[in-house]
Amino acid sequence: MSLQAAGAVSPVAPVSADPLAQTPLHALHLRLGAKMVPFAGYAMPLQYPAGLLKEHLHTRAAAGLFDVSHMGQIALTPRSGDGAEAARALEALIPIDILGLPEGRQRYGFLTDEAGGILDDLMVARLPGRLHVVVNAANKAAGFARFRAHLPDDIDMTLVPDALIALQGPKAAEVLARLAPETEAMRFMDVRAVAILGAPCLVSRSGYTGEDGFEISVPAEHAEAVAEALLAEAEVLPVGLGARDSLRLEAGLPLHGADIDPGTNPVEASLAWAISPARRRGGTREGGFPGAEKILSAMEAGPSRRRVGLRPEGRAPVRAEAPLFAAEAGGEPVGRVTSGGFGPSVGAPVAMGFLPAALTAPGTRVFAEVRGQRLPLVVSPLPFVPAGFKRG
Amino acid sequence: MLRFTDEHEWLRLDGDVATVGITAHAAEQLGDLVFVELPKVGAKLTKGEAAAVVESVKAASDVYAPLSGEVTEVNEAAVADPASVGTDPQGGGWLYRLKLDDPSAMDELMDEAAYAAFAK
Repeated sequence: MSLQAAGAVSPVAPVSADPLAQTPLHALHLRLGAKMVPFAGYAMPLQYPAGLLKEHLHTRAAAGLFDVSHMGQIALTPRSGDGAEAARALEALIPIDILGLPEGRQRYGFLTDEAGGILDDLMVARLPGRLHVVVNAANKAAGFARFRAHLPDDIDMTLVPDALIALQGPKAAEVLARLAPETEAMRFMDVRAVAILGAPCLVSRSGYTGEDGFEISVPAEHAEAVAEALLAEAEVLPVGLGARDSLRLEAGLPLHGADIDPGTNPVEASLAWAISPARRRGGTREGGFPGAEKILSAMEAGPSRRRVGLRPEGRAPVRAEAPLFAAEAGGEPVGRVTSGGFGPSVGAPVAMGFLPAALTAPGTRVFAEVRGQRLPLVVSPLPFVPAGFKRG
Repeated sequence: MLRFTDEHEWLRLDGDVATVGITAHAAEQLGDLVFVELPKVGAKLTKGEAAAVVESVKAASDVYAPLSGEVTEVNEAAVADPASVGTDPQGGGWLYRLKLDDPSAMDELMDEAAYAAFAK
């Protein structure tokens, strides 16, 4: 057997001769016994000694701590001091209502291109006098360059060098409240400047696991102390990229570079819900983002193909790139799996993929080709596990 | 006689039938196993071909036939409980038994000490 695949994570990290970058928590990962792998140019923990399965289940049962410092944090600060100026400017690149986003709130969105494809998905937080944008690690440089090229010169852009720590799981709020009591009152997608152990942090109540939790932006020099204080709490285990991927897959959350990319538009990606009413047909600021005509037309006409959840009927995991067929034998592929694996909380294999619109009704049976055999899968609603967000 | 391959399989010879599994080193590298697929009894395997599949949460790995022969038995318990292959890979987590075309080919494989040095 080849053990090369054992360290595989998706998306495949670009091959590069450059030395890997290290996050501010690198030394802590090594002390914790993490298995480190290259990911998007960084040395990142794939898993810790507990192992992927336990890390995944522990996050759903209690709380997991993730180093996501490889992601790009970009501050957009208008020199005028008027945050609305940055909001208005960014709306030219993104089909999201940012002008209407209150200070202290964030929204999920995506950068689109002229063809309506998804260049990246991201979170935008509105803060006094600025926007704080979190983009995917692999798209950090491209995203920054796109902002640089398309936003007015009087909006300062900085790549924020802070660490980003995610604390996720049903016990996350209780744990974080011990260090920062004011976080307890936050709701899903709230963003607050909070001092943790004296360090000035930016905390959002959000994440990428389908659980309640927080993402904590913390100055690099304080990152280790904050992470260690959280890990010292009995409910918290460190969790690597392996479980981060299985958690987000069960939660039905797309991964850019796997499930969504410039070749998919938001409507076929089943992300039309994120396009704000103000930016849709008949909205107060209709269109005005790259690919608007294509995307808004697709919303009206309905997409010809769509991202769906898939549950293999058997026990064999069906993984990314497996071709999908309408029948058990013969015919051409009608779609493909874009993410797939074993769902530890589901206790069975789960997958996501694209299928023609006619085959996307829940309960529809399709077939994936795995090692020369066609295995049956059933189209299933996403997420595969109930979301634990604190919306109230 | 216990032998190892550079593809991280082990074989234990009894007469001309070898019991085959993955090594403890491989099991540790793969992590928690969630799926095992084994060859069919009666299948004729050629050395080096994909004979079985073990999957962790994150990846699928082929297990290659360490030598040529015919499958005489498979470990259904490993299929029913894939985790057992990870926790006891060189005992109860064996995969299949292979009647070797040429038992003397075992001599070309590594002994335990040589494999331990190889897997370091």
